[in-house]
Amino acid sequence: MLAYFLKRSLVALLVAITVSIISFMLLHLSGDLAQALAGPAATAADVAQVRKAYGLDRPLPVQYLEWGVKALSGDFGQSFFNREPVFDMIAERLPITMTLGATALALALALSIPLGIVAAVRPNTWLDRLALTVSVFGQALPSFWFGLLLIILFGLELRWLPVSGTGGWRYYVMPSITLAYYATPAFMRLTRAGMLEVLASDYIRTARAKGLRPASVLFKHALRNAIIPVVAVAAVQFGFLLGGSIVVESVFSLHGVGYLAWEAISRADFPVVQAIVLVLACIYIVLTLFADMLNAFLDPRIRVR
Amino acid sequence: MTALLAVEELHVEIPLALGTLRPVRGVSFEIERGKTLSIVGESGCGKSLTSLAIMNLLPRGARRTATRLSYGGSDLLGLDERAMADLRGNEIAMIFQEPMTSLNPAFTIGNQLEEALLRHRKVARTEARARAVYLLEKVGITAAPERLRQYPHQLSGGLRQRVMIAMALMCGPKLIIADEPTTALDVTIQAQILHLLAALRREFEMGVILITHDLGVVARIADRVAVMYAGEIVESGSVEEIFARPLHPYTQGLMRCIPVPGRSRRGEHLGSIPGMVPSLIGALRGCAFSNRCSHAFERCAVESVPLREIAPDRAYRCLLSAEACARNALEAAAQ
Amino acid sequence: MSVESFIGIGDRLQPSAATILRRRVFGHTTFVFGAGTLAFILLVALNASWLAPHDPYAQDLPQRLIPPIWSAEGSWTHVLGTDQLGRDYLSRLIYGTRISLLIGTAAMAMSGLIGTTLGVLAGYFGGRIDLAINFIITTRLAMPIILVALAVAALAGSSLENVILVLGLLLWDRFAVVTRSVTLQVRGLDYVAAAQAVGCSSLRVVASEILPNILNAIIVVATLEMANAILLEAALSFLGVGVPSPLPSWGLMIAEGKEYMFFTPWVITVPGVALFTLVLAINLLGDGVRDLTAPEHRN
Repeated sequence: MLAYFLKRSLVALLVAITVSIISFMLLHLSGDLAQALAGPAATAADVAQVRKAYGLDRPLPVQYLEWGVKALSGDFGQSFFNREPVFDMIAERLPITMTLGATALALALALSIPLGIVAAVRPNTWLDRLALTVSVFGQALPSFWFGLLLIILFGLELRWLPVSGTGGWRYYVMPSITLAYYATPAFMRLTRAGMLEVLASDYIRTARAKGLRPASVLFKHALRNAIIPVVAVAAVQFGFLLGGSIVVESVFSLHGVGYLAWEAISRADFPVVQAIVLVLACIYIVLTLFADMLNAFLDPRIRVR
Repeated sequence: MTALLAVEELHVEIPLALGTLRPVRGVSFEIERGKTLSIVGESGCGKSLTSLAIMNLLPRGARRTATRLSYGGSDLLGLDERAMADLRGNEIAMIFQEPMTSLNPAFTIGNQLEEALLRHRKVARTEARARAVYLLEKVGITAAPERLRQYPHQLSGGLRQRVMIAMALMCGPKLIIADEPTTALDVTIQAQILHLLAALRREFEMGVILITHDLGVVARIADRVAVMYAGEIVESGSVEEIFARPLHPYTQGLMRCIPVPGRSRRGEHLGSIPGMVPSLIGALRGCAFSNRCSHAFERCAVESVPLREIAPDRAYRCLLSAEACARNALEAAAQ
Repeated sequence: MSVESFIGIGDRLQPSAATILRRRVFGHTTFVFGAGTLAFILLVALNASWLAPHDPYAQDLPQRLIPPIWSAEGSWTHVLGTDQLGRDYLSRLIYGTRISLLIGTAAMAMSGLIGTTLGVLAGYFGGRIDLAINFIITTRLAMPIILVALAVAALAGSSLENVILVLGLLLWDRFAVVTRSVTLQVRGLDYVAAAQAVGCSSLRVVASEILPNILNAIIVVATLEMANAILLEAALSFLGVGVPSPLPSWGLMIAEGKEYMFFTPWVITVPGVALFTLVLAINLLGDGVRDLTAPEHRN
């Protein structure tokens, strides 16, 4: 078990390093950084000056190593835009994004798991079709558009919620709903499929033959097994939600890491972008590891011998 | 003595796209306490569905009907799901064929054993645990207290089946339905499990319905036998009678398939029954076995054949007279 | 309804007549609806020049922000109204089908090619190749698509070609994962071993035995990723780094209309509904294909 964990951690580390290299190369190779920094009105001389000033004239591997070593100690450099330490900028915004992501995940699970169970227990009935329809519609809805519609409805027409910005819990309601709707279909299908498979298994037949009450059969015996893949996927999906938060945060002007990424990109603030890519990747990687561990914990067949 | 379980004209129907499938077509039998009835037949003859119908555990879409289905004198047909669940595991317990998949992999053996008792009796958990240990030892599992903490995947198939037997006994049921309990196990383990079942039946004075396709198993522990073919019982009687004088051509065919040490000669062909089971979709005309029977005549394919009782507890389903059947058996044995 | 009435032991026997009929009809309905809608949109895209009443790029400032026909001030000249620069919305919507379909198809094709190749290689050869490809997949999954697409598109400039390129190079992961697992399954089957035993080269085995079997899985994933690509392009255009103005990308139209949405909501609802319909049609098509080719319908 420990060996398994260590092996997975090593792979995770390699992935993190690879991601950082790729993002570094992407940023430096997809355009001329110096040019972008200097601006459209700059002359060749200006650009050359900018290049020298930011050390962009050195060989790429050197630039990368320098950045990498500093990153390990938490120093992501300074923002090109406002000279603030990147680390601080991210640290300030990260809790907001994490809150958004966690709330959205909780909402998605709260909606999709019951729907999935109901759909599995009554397959091919109108309930099942309803759940499937909700799922299909959710997948087809562009999240940013859904967000805008929510703003019009709840912010403008009904005036229940603030239209945009960052602040107390009210500012998280619509963004969370928007993000949750994005994740619900996948969970619902997974729960449904898992439950269908489990309900057809021999040990459920045994449970019924023992005379156990239906609630016990469903929630103790069936769900316990069906939920295992859902939990694992949930952890990973959280990582995806963090990525999707970029769009949602910009729609609602919620000042989280996603919004910061967008601002940084439009301002050509590369240290920030580089750092955010790495941070998000690391969070995702940690979450996958966590999902693996959770899987092992929930399934005795993996955990015990 | 009132029969422990009385089944009369049990039918199971399953509507399909192609028509209505009738895997169980008018099965009747009774079983008493302290006796073992074995229902024998090949796969697909309807024996498993019969037991599921009795327990009302049929798959979704299947329907059961019967003129009588009673346990200890009280009707089972009219019971709602809640009342039936009170009986299951409590008065009537079931053991299934696949020990490898019949236990929930997410819970310990102890949890699943105790749960069987706690569901039906208001006792403390410690008492349930004690009973679990007692029964595990009774079924021949050593180091019982440690086993309680183990998970199903840590036990072998034979051990898991013993656990299933113990689980069936947790509430002290009066009737056990064992559906092919040894089919998935090694021959050596088979013998042990059967021996165990017989001993437990004697000790706890239970009625046992043993469903199997293996005549060897039947010979070992059954008191009475009911042979099923294509959803019907075609012959029934005591185990001695059935083995000594099989009347129905199908039963005779089955007997010929078993090699007998001492009697069968090396190199001799094992008997086989040519042909295939008829489709059970829609209504069946005439005798279900007629297309494979070497003694069939014109009436067989047309007339429906009733079950004939030639003595109390001895019946067979054939148009031929009992004497004719017996003669056929002797002729076949002589060949 | 009590909980009791909910429990049933799973279907071990063949589904009943009613279920098969329901499944067939439902599968058929979704497929028909999805395919039909998609075909309709495709026709619109191909015939845009005839169907569009106006030039989608023609600005007409005195006519800006005219509401659609169902509103009091609407008129038949501009059935779906005009945007903030006076451009006819219906025409922009019609031409927008081209952008969405083009990007969706191209990105799907590119990512499908990359992903399927990787997946089949990993599944067929196993061993170190499998490990390496798994590593690549994990690395790709660790990078949030939108972020990478944002960064690259922002740096390399936002253009139609760049959007296709970026999406095509990022959306291959599900293709790879699915084709890999199906290949693993198929590889273990007897007739593949038979083909290899007879001496067929690896390429031949892959082409003749494996590919036909993964076709079904690929189609389902393809529809998913096409829908994904369309939604992503819309999101990127919405954020300003996708298809550049003045192209009539629906996402861009929503972005441009955002400022005015409180007073003239149709500027965002119209393109949004279009997006939703297209993506829904593609998803239903994929679902329908999956239902229709489900095991119950085979032989």
